[in-house]
Amino acid sequence: MAIVNAPETAASTQAARPITAVDWRRTVRMGLLGGLGMVFIAAIGMFEELDGRPMIVPILSLGYLTVFWVPFVAGYLAAKEETLEGLAPPQKGLRDPLAGLVAGLMGGLALWLLTAFMNAFEWRDVFLKLSPTLLELLTFGNDLGFAFLALVLGSGLLGMLGGALAVLPESGRRIVVGAIVTTFVVAILEVIFVDIFEGIGLEAVTDLVYDINGGLAWGSAIVVAILGGTLAAVSAGASERSRTRWTAMEPAPRRTASLAAFVIVALLTIFLPIILGGIVNELLANVGLFLLMGLGLNVVVGYAGLLDLGYVAFFAVGAYTTAVLTSPISPTLLGEDGSVVREEGLLTIDFFGWEGWAVLGAVLLVAAIAGIVVGTPVIRMRGDYLAIVTLGFGEIVRILFLSDWLAPVFGGAQGVRQIPSAGVEALDLVDLTITGVDPRSIFYFVAVFVAIAIYVSWRLSKSRIGRAWAAMREDETVAEAMGIDTVRAKLLAFIIGAMLASFGGMVFAVKVGSVFPKSFELLVSIIVLVVVIVGGMGNIAGVIVGALVLIGVLGGPTQPGVLQEFAEFKLLIYGALLVYMMLQRPEGLVPSLSRSRELHHEEMQQDAWLASAIEEDDDEEASI
Amino acid sequence: MSENGQPVLEFRGVNTHYGPVHVLKDVDIEIHAGEIVCLLGGNASGKTTTLKTILGMVTPTSGDIVLDGEIVSGAPTSRIVSAGVSMVPENRRLFKRMTVKENLEIGAYLRDPNDDLDADYERIYELFPRVKERLDQKAGTLSGGEQQMVAVGRALMARPKVLLMDEPSMGLAPVLVQQNFDIIETINEAGTTVFVVEQNAKMALSIADRGYVLMTGRIVLADTAEGLLANPEMRTAYLGEVED
Repeated sequence: MAIVNAPETAASTQAARPITAVDWRRTVRMGLLGGLGMVFIAAIGMFEELDGRPMIVPILSLGYLTVFWVPFVAGYLAAKEETLEGLAPPQKGLRDPLAGLVAGLMGGLALWLLTAFMNAFEWRDVFLKLSPTLLELLTFGNDLGFAFLALVLGSGLLGMLGGALAVLPESGRRIVVGAIVTTFVVAILEVIFVDIFEGIGLEAVTDLVYDINGGLAWGSAIVVAILGGTLAAVSAGASERSRTRWTAMEPAPRRTASLAAFVIVALLTIFLPIILGGIVNELLANVGLFLLMGLGLNVVVGYAGLLDLGYVAFFAVGAYTTAVLTSPISPTLLGEDGSVVREEGLLTIDFFGWEGWAVLGAVLLVAAIAGIVVGTPVIRMRGDYLAIVTLGFGEIVRILFLSDWLAPVFGGAQGVRQIPSAGVEALDLVDLTITGVDPRSIFYFVAVFVAIAIYVSWRLSKSRIGRAWAAMREDETVAEAMGIDTVRAKLLAFIIGAMLASFGGMVFAVKVGSVFPKSFELLVSIIVLVVVIVGGMGNIAGVIVGALVLIGVLGGPTQPGVLQEFAEFKLLIYGALLVYMMLQRPEGLVPSLSRSRELHHEEMQQDAWLASAIEEDDDEEASI
Repeated sequence: MSENGQPVLEFRGVNTHYGPVHVLKDVDIEIHAGEIVCLLGGNASGKTTTLKTILGMVTPTSGDIVLDGEIVSGAPTSRIVSAGVSMVPENRRLFKRMTVKENLEIGAYLRDPNDDLDADYERIYELFPRVKERLDQKAGTLSGGEQQMVAVGRALMARPKVLLMDEPSMGLAPVLVQQNFDIIETINEAGTTVFVVEQNAKMALSIADRGYVLMTGRIVLADTAEGLLANPEMRTAYLGEVED
């Protein structure tokens, strides 16, 4: 009898949980976090900077969006309760919008306090961005009292809407989120969409959708929102379904399917750029450039587990080798008095003749030597020490290129200019001739090298040396005891990484047409590393996604991305993203199988004592 | 076992130093084909250094390591492993995030890629049928006993002339220790020469043919297992028995 009753008792205890009470701790925490976020975004100047960019005409600018998404999300998070396994899901009800409202009000209050502070004190000496313009934006051109009402009530309302979102059933929430996200994405990607549609010859569509001064016209915003919501409703569960189908597939059809996917991607890569506009091509070429470096660093960090923070050095070596060999005004070619004596460089980058290949060979050779030179002294170091020393080497290489001592070869701070673009002028595609400076030709140039790098990475991961790297990454001492020559394996990782980076350097030199020491700062190493980490270490698909998301959307250290408006705040977003990924998804966007296992394994085994206790328990049971 | 003929592995007056510290002092050890030989000693007696010296991770300052008639001291680890020595490290130390199969593959890393490894896999599956069942599982998810089997299997994949075992009883529950020593006996019966380095003298001597006792880097006793077990000095110092 008692056994039969047991589940009922459990259920009744759960039902006894109060259903109308707001989780005040959570709400207050979200309110404070939201307030902090809003004040931060306003105080770093994002609000003011982006106010000039209309999103939905005439009601919403990007500046307002960057501030006021915060109370909405804070409200949603305040209302959303964690569902714990084994407990009944929390009841939904009126308390959710209430929690959202409180969180929103708190956020708004924080922002108003900033406003009042700015009104009373002049602190621009310390906080540069607390400008009168910002004050005017925050008070809506009125006095403090009006600002109080507008900010606090406005944020409260948004928080309440966010909280209300948590009440909606899953399907409804999908539609609302889909509509909102689609509208903002379409609004913010205006430049890209215009470029794409112009490329296909459908300017009429974008002319209709976007306001003449930028931003979505409010009418089209509504249409886009409806479309987005419908799309979200229709596609509900689609990705889940396809994933289930994929995992249920037999190996043979799965191979066919991946081959088909590969062919489609390859065809798209070949034909899309012809259709797409110049801006998109330029963006994709930048993505390819960082992808080249990312793939190289992935070999070093992802496969072999060597944290190299001076990776930009090899990029620089590739770029400078190309520059010195191909520029007609390369310092070694100038006359005694510095006059230009030659019309052409030593070699041209012409891959239809032998000279281009000679340049490539020289670049690879020099990079391999650089890999050995940098690699040999640091190879016996492990972990943190390796990272610090490689960081130092990266800076040494940059300073050498900058130095007066080597200026007769590398041009010092002036660098080397007039690097000819790749000799693809002769390239005829269908009836479309591509000239050397056309972004499309650069794109193809990059794409070829990316394809080579992907192929090399893929073969390496399946190879004997790939296995040796994996073993070494896990346990260097044991790998050595198994007979793996760890010094050789590490050096090889350095050399291959250096060669892939030098590809990138060559492409960079040809693409930009000039090289300066300033292009090879530490930041490049860091950004490439972030691309690899955010994408998913040790995984080629991960690096591709990482490059697309970070370089394509946010932009590289000096290269613009899709979100050009945020260029000034790029590094801030990079940092925030990195921290978020480390906390929530350390295996990256597209994790390699073994890597995610590694991380989650460690999570489980964090308490080593407990782990070994469990392990021994198991053993005893097994052997008894 | 046969005391005649050439030993498979031999230490000839080996001395090693870590910087100024003199670790191994004139060590002489002989291991013959088919034997189980154990090296006993407490903490910091030089047991681990002995193993590292065999594997070439530490180079002797004088004396020679002779493997199958060939002097190997000073050679790189990879050469020594391919010449026929492999190790089961202390605490197993599998590559936990790789599958069992991948672990075994790493064991065969130095084998000629044209070699047919199937026979070796089969031999390991025969010795440890449970390994075969777990091939695609991550090594870290196995039970301790199964991990030990994989660790031994990984070492056997190198087809060693001598298998080195570093502290097979270290940090394990008594049941597991017994299981480990059963494994050693099994592979020895299957024809592998084993050199066990161990603190647990009683356990090691229960399966060994001969034993050496190492004390602060010097071999102080060398005898058959029975001889050592009967030695009064051993009984008090290492076997933990109170004199009656």
